[in-house]
Amino acid sequence: MSLLDLLRPKGRRKQAPSTDRGILVFANTSEVIRAETVLKAGGWPVTVMGPPPELQRGCDLVVVYPLIETARILNVLEEAGNPPLEAAPLSGPLLKPVDLYQIKDFGRHLMVRAANMKITVDKETRVIVNVSGGGCPDVPWLARELTGRPLDEAASPRDQGHTLCAYALDLALKEMRRLCSR
Amino acid sequence: MLAVIGTLPEPGAPLLTGPAAWDGGPLSVAGTAVDVARGTPALLAAASATALALGRSAPHAVLAGDIGRGDGSRAVYAHLVETLPKSPFSVLAFHYLQPDVDWHNKVLFAVQAMRPKPLLLADAGFMYAAKMSGQATEYDLFTPDAGELAFLADETAPHPFYARGFLLSQENRVPELIQRAHVHDNAARHLLVKGVTDHVARGGEILGSVDAPSESALEAMGGTGDTLTGVTAALIEAGWNIPRACLAGARVNRVAGALLRPTPASQVRELIAHIPEALETVLRDEGL
Repeated sequence: MSLLDLLRPKGRRKQAPSTDRGILVFANTSEVIRAETVLKAGGWPVTVMGPPPELQRGCDLVVVYPLIETARILNVLEEAGNPPLEAAPLSGPLLKPVDLYQIKDFGRHLMVRAANMKITVDKETRVIVNVSGGGCPDVPWLARELTGRPLDEAASPRDQGHTLCAYALDLALKEMRRLCSR
Repeated sequence: MLAVIGTLPEPGAPLLTGPAAWDGGPLSVAGTAVDVARGTPALLAAASATALALGRSAPHAVLAGDIGRGDGSRAVYAHLVETLPKSPFSVLAFHYLQPDVDWHNKVLFAVQAMRPKPLLLADAGFMYAAKMSGQATEYDLFTPDAGELAFLADETAPHPFYARGFLLSQENRVPELIQRAHVHDNAARHLLVKGVTDHVARGGEILGSVDAPSESALEAMGGTGDTLTGVTAALIEAGWNIPRACLAGARVNRVAGALLRPTPASQVRELIAHIPEALETVLRDEGL
């Protein structure tokens, strides 16, 4: 942000402050309050607000949370027995997670890409040989945890990781399992 | 001097700052050994190998442990806000950091106080934050791969996870995606798009591309994008203009890959070992 930009009226700044926030949609207000309590106890800076007009389901409140940490937050809510109906970006509630996969066959090795994450498996041994892509800080750690593991024994990146990159890697791993089970 | 700012995949590792020297084994950051597998240590090792081969000083590292909880990233951000205004760096390369718009803007504000203003490079999570913040045009270089370019080209996506399918499927239409990212102010002044062909763009127009030597296995190898960013950052710090540094960096990374003769199971530390020889080859071709 330039110094000039800071002097502009707030509404005219280039910054879009809600872009790194997500919303959690629940069936009723009791679930919203329970989720807020669980997440605040975990140290997340969450707030409750009215839903954006585009949303067609859920109750009349949503929980606003740090979008990047979607994987970890969904895990915590599921463990608490209070999963949301839906998680979506606040800046675009109708945006959907990636559902398109790019597949590359290297002969002995197979690579699957989901969004910005790639996973590669040795088709003969069914061992994960590489993880690449991504930008969130749990990616290098997940890559180390997954590389060298048999495909069927690898823990879910969504369960181990914290971020949207972990979530994308989880989708890539599931697609790889599907392809390798044929 | 080049500063490389990122994270380590070690939970709870404290803030670590200082020169990063690499001699083929673990990376040494201020005397502490750091494993070079992928992520910011891979970028640092490649930058260090390049800088030392060019007779430049080793890059300065700013790192902390973070496995996605954001704690290490916030420690790095707080350190930058405090120290950047009086720091001597000429090039800042931001890397694997938890994307956080508020912290991004505080860091960028600290950068604005630096004299002279450094060149700003962003890759990985910090590039995501730069785009999300609406401040992408403040940067001199972004280094996205194909999935990340789709994210930059999608004015609605807050993360590559939400990039829309019609953009993700356009692998052969890189020029259109570059133009689209530029039109919506979601690109840095220069882009180095990493892929089967590496493209270098300025102002939305492709200036040059590199597709040889080609080793298709490199696409599967985690960390090859990090090494490309590292080599390029070191060349920029050595005074090369950004497009020339990007094109040469792409060639160095590819020659190093060809020297390795990789399989999709090869690991990036094996590639980094070939960077000094690859750099020598490219410098010779450049008549240097």
